Amino acid sequence: MQGEATSGPASASGAIPLLALAVGLTARIAEPAPGTEIPRRLADLGFVPGTELFIVRRAPFGDPIELEIRGYRLCLRAEQIESLRVLPAAREK
Amino acid sequence: MSAAVELVDRPVRVALVGSPNAGKTTLFNALTGSSARVGNYPGVTVERREGSLRNAERAVRVLDLPGTYSVVGETADEQIVEKVLAGRLAGEPELDGIVAVVDATTLRRGLGLVRELLKRGRPTALVLTMIDEVRARGGKIEPARLSQLLGIPVLGVVGHRGVGMDPLFRILQEPWRWSKPVALPPADDAAARFAWVDEVCRKVGAEDLEPDTRSDRIDRVLLHPIAGIAVFGLVMLLLFQSIFTWAVPAMNAIDASFGELARVSRAVLPAGWLTDLWTDGVLAGVGSVLVFLPQIAILFAFIHLLQDVGYMARAAFVVDRVMGWVGLQGRSFVPLLSCYACAVPGIMAARTIQSPRERLATILVSPFMTCSARLPVYTLLIAAFVPHTTLFGVVGLQGLVLFGLYALGAATALASAALLGSTLLRGTPSTFYMELPPYRWPTARLLGRQIWHSARAFLKRAGTMILATSIVLFGLLSFPRAPADPARSPADSARANLEASAAAQLGHAIEPAIAPLGFDWKIGVGLIASLAAREVIVATLAQTYAVESKDDFNGLRDALRADVDPRTGRAVFNLPVALALCVFFVFALQCTSTVVVMARETGSWRWPALAFSYMLALAWLGSFVTYRVASAVLGT
Repeated sequence: MQGEATSGPASASGAIPLLALAVGLTARIAEPAPGTEIPRRLADLGFVPGTELFIVRRAPFGDPIELEIRGYRLCLRAEQIESLRVLPAAREK
Repeated sequence: MSAAVELVDRPVRVALVGSPNAGKTTLFNALTGSSARVGNYPGVTVERREGSLRNAERAVRVLDLPGTYSVVGETADEQIVEKVLAGRLAGEPELDGIVAVVDATTLRRGLGLVRELLKRGRPTALVLTMIDEVRARGGKIEPARLSQLLGIPVLGVVGHRGVGMDPLFRILQEPWRWSKPVALPPADDAAARFAWVDEVCRKVGAEDLEPDTRSDRIDRVLLHPIAGIAVFGLVMLLLFQSIFTWAVPAMNAIDASFGELARVSRAVLPAGWLTDLWTDGVLAGVGSVLVFLPQIAILFAFIHLLQDVGYMARAAFVVDRVMGWVGLQGRSFVPLLSCYACAVPGIMAARTIQSPRERLATILVSPFMTCSARLPVYTLLIAAFVPHTTLFGVVGLQGLVLFGLYALGAATALASAALLGSTLLRGTPSTFYMELPPYRWPTARLLGRQIWHSARAFLKRAGTMILATSIVLFGLLSFPRAPADPARSPADSARANLEASAAAQLGHAIEPAIAPLGFDWKIGVGLIASLAAREVIVATLAQTYAVESKDDFNGLRDALRADVDPRTGRAVFNLPVALALCVFFVFALQCTSTVVVMARETGSWRWPALAFSYMLALAWLGSFVTYRVASAVLGT
């Protein structure tokens, strides 16, 4: 099973903003930057460090963004997920 | 549960809890049939739905709580859910059982909420919806195995087909017999909670499902950066056309039948104020309620069809960014577009907006959109006073003015939304969540029932009030009456009656307030009468000018042009006055039906009162500026 919520590797290494992730490329949610935390609402939806996700598509006007995480898809606005950082995996989905 | 004995005398109370799109509402409808009562929680724009369980031996009240991803309250929706679950909401008795509703295809998210619910120690059952979709997408979930792991009853259903519902009907009648949850490991934060969820999912063998490839293929076209916007535009154009043109024959038929009924009544009944009350008060009032039905039916047919096939969420996804600029959401688009036909169905359509804050903002700015009732007023005034000339050889001036009025309305709506968002409705914007459901074939039965529900909600919630206000306005316009004078023509006696009426006295009374806008008391009477419906001002002006028939458009136009103020000897109407009156209609909330529907939909008279006042202030200011500027420019 993919995407168990095990703790990800140390956040400093290679984490990029989720918004910079290419469409279709799988990544794992990284530990939040020191002194910050993942917004509770996102955590309630399953956005916890170590979880796998990828960007399915952006809306025709560029925002919102459809994501696949924990086996389901949902759309969020860029401003809601701009604080999230991810560790891209090497393989394409 | 030791309270079992006490339960005999009172209804069992259970609540459905689940995230938006979990299939909660479909399940609720299947459980309660048509017994559902829809209202609002006190003081908030959150819909409260309760019904009694069908085919039950015991009285069971089922409460459909607002969709939520969390039981910690930040938004109005979540706070309601949190308080009801804790038994802390005034007027809501404690629950005997909690039914968690989870979309089986999103189990790995939904169980996070279930974990939170189990922590509360209340009798809890889990219903997995859309269990057929799981199989169709190559997955398998065994409710029995999940029940073993969690310790609570778990049932799989397909709500809209009634599959697996019998056991659910059975257990809902006796929540105190539900098995208790197993001891759960502590999970204080989301990470621990979802680690537990993953553990459970692995044990029941709930794999991630195959992606829904059919929906994916359709989305590649419908959400394509260029094709997606084109499709969106086409769908909205079709919707706009349908409420504007398809509803018209039915509306005309309703109008004509009530006109005919009034004519026959007049022929049969003796002349007098009682007959007038029947024809101009009751019949006209009932007609003015029913005339909304075709538009409401067609609009809701469209909305429910789009929702059932899954396009509604996509439309919101496409247009969300644009609406976001003024603090609204993608889902505000269809309600606002509908308002071009009529604000009444538009405001009702705002129910599709899940977050209360954006829903309220959409409702409050709806009346600025140029509804079709303003069109007859604009047409009359433009035809009478705007020169029939062409600018630059191509653009007709009359058409340009009409376009300007429409644009002014839309711009004001959007600007007000932005203003509301940064003032009255300031605060954390509701978090934006949206899911794009799989495309599905609609079912005619469900569609028919949804349209019927919308129509009935309108008739029950607003119809009676609209009827009552029509009759009150009829009274103001008809009483007291002028002494009968057989020498006068019917048109002249109609004018005499109007001049003697309470509305005319009101028109005179408000004249000082509207004189700066260039309006005289006759326009004042028209403005008061137009509170029933904006286009009524045309008929009232016809009556004031003793034009033989309200359908005599040219006669009325010429009468307006010829009217001279007896005191000053100057024309009452000229281009600046006509423009100022048009601008007044752009801004003012002169529509009791809209006010009533707004009150019903927001659950309070506070919001319509606010909207009425600020729109009136804006109308006065806008007309004043228009009148002064136009007078100065045109040198009249």
